[in-house]
This record gives sequence, structure tokens and C-alpha cells, in this order.
Amino acid sequence: MNKKVLMKGNEAFSEAAIRGGCRYYFGYPITPQNEIPEYMSHQLPKVGGHFIQAESELAAVYMAYGAGAAGGRVFITSSSPGIALMQEGFSFLCSAEVPTVCLTVSRCGPGIGGIQPGQADYLQATRGGGNGDYKIPVFAPENLQEGVDLVYEAMELSDELRNPIFIFADGLLGQMMEPVLLPESREVICPSNIRTQKPWALTGYGADDSQRNRVLSLRMYPEELEQHVEKLFKKYDKAEKELVRYEAIGVEDADVVIAAFGSVARIAKEAIEILAAQNIKAGLIRPISLWPYPYEAFDMITDKTKVVISAEMSMGQMMQDVKLGVRDRFPVRLINRTGGMIPTSIEIAERTKKILEETGGQ
Amino acid sequence: MKQPVFELTKGMLPVETIYCPGCTHGISHRLIMEVLDEMGLLGSTIGCGSIGCSVLAHRQMNIDMLESPHGRAPAVASGIKRVHPDKLVFTYQGDGDLASIGIAEIIHAAARGEKITAFFVNNAIYGMTGGQMAPTTLIGQKATTCVTGRTVEQAGAPMRISELLSSLDGAVYIERVALNSPANVNKAKKAVRRAFEVQEQGLGFSMVEFISTCPTHWGVSPVQALDHLKEKMLPYYPLGVYKSPEGGEQ
Ligand SMILES: Cc1ncc(C[n+]2csc(CCOP(=O)(O)OP(=O)(O)O)c2C)c(N)n1
Repeated sequence: MNKKVLMKGNEAFSEAAIRGGCRYYFGYPITPQNEIPEYMSHQLPKVGGHFIQAESELAAVYMAYGAGAAGGRVFITSSSPGIALMQEGFSFLCSAEVPTVCLTVSRCGPGIGGIQPGQADYLQATRGGGNGDYKIPVFAPENLQEGVDLVYEAMELSDELRNPIFIFADGLLGQMMEPVLLPESREVICPSNIRTQKPWALTGYGADDSQRNRVLSLRMYPEELEQHVEKLFKKYDKAEKELVRYEAIGVEDADVVIAAFGSVARIAKEAIEILAAQNIKAGLIRPISLWPYPYEAFDMITDKTKVVISAEMSMGQMMQDVKLGVRDRFPVRLINRTGGMIPTSIEIAERTKKILEETGGQ
Repeated sequence: MKQPVFELTKGMLPVETIYCPGCTHGISHRLIMEVLDEMGLLGSTIGCGSIGCSVLAHRQMNIDMLESPHGRAPAVASGIKRVHPDKLVFTYQGDGDLASIGIAEIIHAAARGEKITAFFVNNAIYGMTGGQMAPTTLIGQKATTCVTGRTVEQAGAPMRISELLSSLDGAVYIERVALNSPANVNKAKKAVRRAFEVQEQGLGFSMVEFISTCPTHWGVSPVQALDHLKEKMLPYYPLGVYKSPEGGEQ
């Protein structure tokens, strides 16, 4: 029987990646995700895997491109400024259709910013910080168990889609400890079998040069590139239908609905209890997939609701999506902290009450 | 029946190239493919192209191959080599790619002693983007971003990459060759073979620097380009073995 173990977030995510079949990890130190390269450096060799401490996040993302193109199962991680450096790589990975799972343990910016938790990389993650038409599915856990399950699943999903998958965990999740149930270790493709499982991968063609493979990004002719991008977008259209995930609590009869993801959603859940004790019904929409965004969840909100609130650790980056979901049916307001400040449940509850009063509620 | 005196090697596909007349990219492509064919390793090699005039080398080189973003081929190759340690992995990079934007990646791949081979095409200019100054552009040489000629005051002195990388313990075999004469092309072929052998034996990082031509952006004819290479490039970039497993540095 599998038992729950108490682990730090960064280590739990690392272990989930290994159990999910990752055998190649490339990383560069940055707080608050340092426990991940540390864990991978001593655990991966024990299962026949490989760790490289890259010279930069730029090099890390391209080591991932190489190992992914060669058919390996790859995990890379970083935090905000490092993720910013990786953006060119994400665009390249999408264009060349190379799988990779990337986790951010996000801090705050702009610039070198600070090392405390933040969510101000929301737009970068969901809109793409690299060049060109591409999309990356993004999932945001609210606790360590969900993070473990998402990393584990992403390993498989990334191979299926032949596209990077991004896991958005904020610094709180990376640094906290919680009991987690670790998944069973998946069987790993032996390098000599890669070609049968991933017929597109670079392995050396062997005896028959008609079987040679190329992994490419450049398309010299506009017709060809347009076709390629359209092909990618067929894939993204499908992902947009199939990968939407969210949690909704008490939305139908709520006076006010709060939308929040990651750590903030967890704090909001406590705020909702505080409000309930004061006879205010607050509902929660917690996007788990940030792209594709669960816009449809906002259709569940009834006319009983006075206002929808986006609660975030940024200057309101997710609020744009909340507004798209709300489609002008309700006023949308922001409750936020930034710069590494974490809102408390009491703060969210009180600010919610005030907003409700201002918007004609109680 | 007449016997052909010269044929396409099995490693080169009969596909048109985008190279200008007198460009030596074609020679370096062929040498690498010829050596792989002779070693019987075409089917167990993975090539990493780069960004520059040679970006479409994968069309000609008959091996499993990918395109790397500008400068990152040594990082890409390091990732590939982890998955397939039993395969030959090489990068093919210009001097803008390797010596400028990708200088961190090549230095660290060499420092880690990556068991990969880098083929470094030094034509002292940015070919693909239209003849701008490269880190290897010679003092006095004209380029579109130094129209009256490169000066030390403005841009510093050209970088000697073989010498630089030779100072790293992880770099095991480094040779600079030139593609301007049949004798030098033969030497270049031997260097290519030696570099692959060093990789096969798992000894560490290897690199061959090809002193190459770019008649178009040097503003000379193909024949003049060969003279220019000999008279201008070779005095600043001396040929020879800079590092070898036997130690015999030159
Ligand atoms: C990130 C990035 N910056 C700039 C470019 C534009 N670019 C394409 S090729 C090239 C220079 C190539 O010169 P070199 O490496 O010397 O190779 P050559 O074309 O001379 O063979 C540059 C700057 C690019 N493709 N990507």
C-alpha cells in the first residue's frame, strides 16, 4: 500500500517527474526552486537518468530541446526571471513539436523583483512570451498533491501532444511542506526502443537512410509555414476543448463569486468560510488550466450574484480572462497584492465585503 | 564505360544548396559526410545545424538532424548526447553563431567535456544576414557594420576561438584547418576523422575550426577569396593542432 509522505513542494514535484518517467533534467539555480535541481542531481542518477547543471536557463531549455528531440522524457524548472530567459525556447519547442514539461515556481517582478511568491507571470505563461503563433497548456495546482498529480500527468500529455506543458506553481507551493501520495513509477522507454515509440525522434536512422528524421523549425516558404502553423493550431484547438479544468464551489447561489488560482485560491477558500459565518454567500471559481482558460465556468453564475472578483498576487493579470468569462453580465473587481505580499484570508474576506457593499449588495 | 572521377558521397543528398559560388560551406559539409560514410557511421550520427547560411544543411546531410536556434547548438547537442551516448553527435556552426551569440554554450560544452564534436566555420563575417562584422572579422576588414574597416578601438580585436577553447581541460581535441587548397582540404578531412574518433573513444570535447571563405560579403571573386584566406586569415589564425589527447600541442 502506498502511504502519504511529508515532503517539501519542490522535492515532491521532482519526485513526481521522476516517477512520471523523466530521465533528463537540466536546470540553473534560482530561488525559490533550488531544491529541484538539487534533488534531481542526486536522485536521477540512481534511476539511470541524467542531470546537467546548465550554464544558464537559455542553455537549459535548449538541452531540453535536444533531449526531447532525441526522444527522452524531459523536465525543466525555473522561476520568473529564468522563465523569461526560456521564452525563445518555448516558441522553438512548439514550432519543432518537441515535448518537454516545464515547471515554474514563480516569484515576483518586474526585473529581478523579489524572491517571494507572485503570480505576475500569468500573462507571460498564458499568452506566450516568445515569438510567433504558438500555445502551451498551463496548469496551476493549489496544493502539493495536485502539483504532484499534474507534473506526473504532464509527462504523458506532453508526449501525446508533442508540445511543451507548463506547470505554474508559485513560490508558496515550492517552499511549503505537505503530506502527498506519490504515484507509481511509470515504465521508461529504453533508448534503443525510442524509434518504435516515437517514430519522429532523432536516434540515428540505423541501416535505412529512407527512414532518416529531421526536427525543424525554419520554413523558408510562407505557404509552407502557414500550413505548419495551421497544423499546430488544429492541435491547439483540440487541446482547448479537451484540457479545460477548474473547480467550482457554491457558484450558483452566491452573492459574490471569487475567481482565484494557485495559492490564492486556497486562501480564498478560507475567506469564503469567514464570509459564510457572516451570512454572505461567496462562491469560488478556481481555474486549474490557465490555458485553456475555463471561461465556461462563469456561465454558471446566476442573476443572484452582484459582483465577480478576481483575487490575485499580481496587478490584475488574470482579471482580463475573468472579464472574458463574465461577458459583461456582472461587474468585475480586483482584490490583489503584489511584490511578494500574500493576502490573508481575513483581508480577502473584508475586501470582498466592502466590494459587495459598493456594488449594491448587502 | 567511362569511370566517374568524382561522385557525390553517400552522405550528401543531391539537393540544391543556397550557397554562393566560391563559398566553402559545401566543402566542409562534404568532408564531414565523407568521413562518416568511411567510418560506417552515417546511420548512427545525429547532427545539430545552426542559424546562418548553413541553416538548411539538413537538406544535404543525409543523417538524422535538427535545427538549433542561433548559438545554442552545443546545448542542444549536450541534451541529445545524454539520450544517445552511443551515437555520434555534432554541431555545425558559423562564427556569428558559435563565437558571438553562442559563446557561453560552446565554452561550457567544452568545459563539461561533452562528448560531442563542434564544426566551426570561420569565414570572418556574418554571411546570412548580409555581411555584418563578426567576432572573427579581421582588423581593417570591411563589413556592413564597419564600412571603413574594423578597428580595435571600436570593436576590439578578433577572437581566436581554437586558442581560447584549448585552455579548457574538457576540450580534448582542437584543430584549425583551412579549405583553400587540395592539400589543406586533405588535412581538414583527417582532422574531421580524428575529431570523430576522439568522440567515439569517449575522451571528451572535440572541435575542428574550418578557415573558410565568403566571396560575396568579402566583395571579391571566388579565386581572390582563396588568396585572401591565405594572405589575410592564416597569419592571424594559424593552422594546426591546438589540443590533442596525445598532448602534442602546436
Ligand atoms: C536570436 C537571433 N538573432 C539573430 C538572428 C539573425 N541571424 C541569422 S544568421 C545570423 C548570422 C550568421 O552568421 P554566421 O554564424 O557567421 O554564419 P554564416 O551565415 O556566415 O555561415 C544572424 C545574426 C537570428 N536568426 N536569431
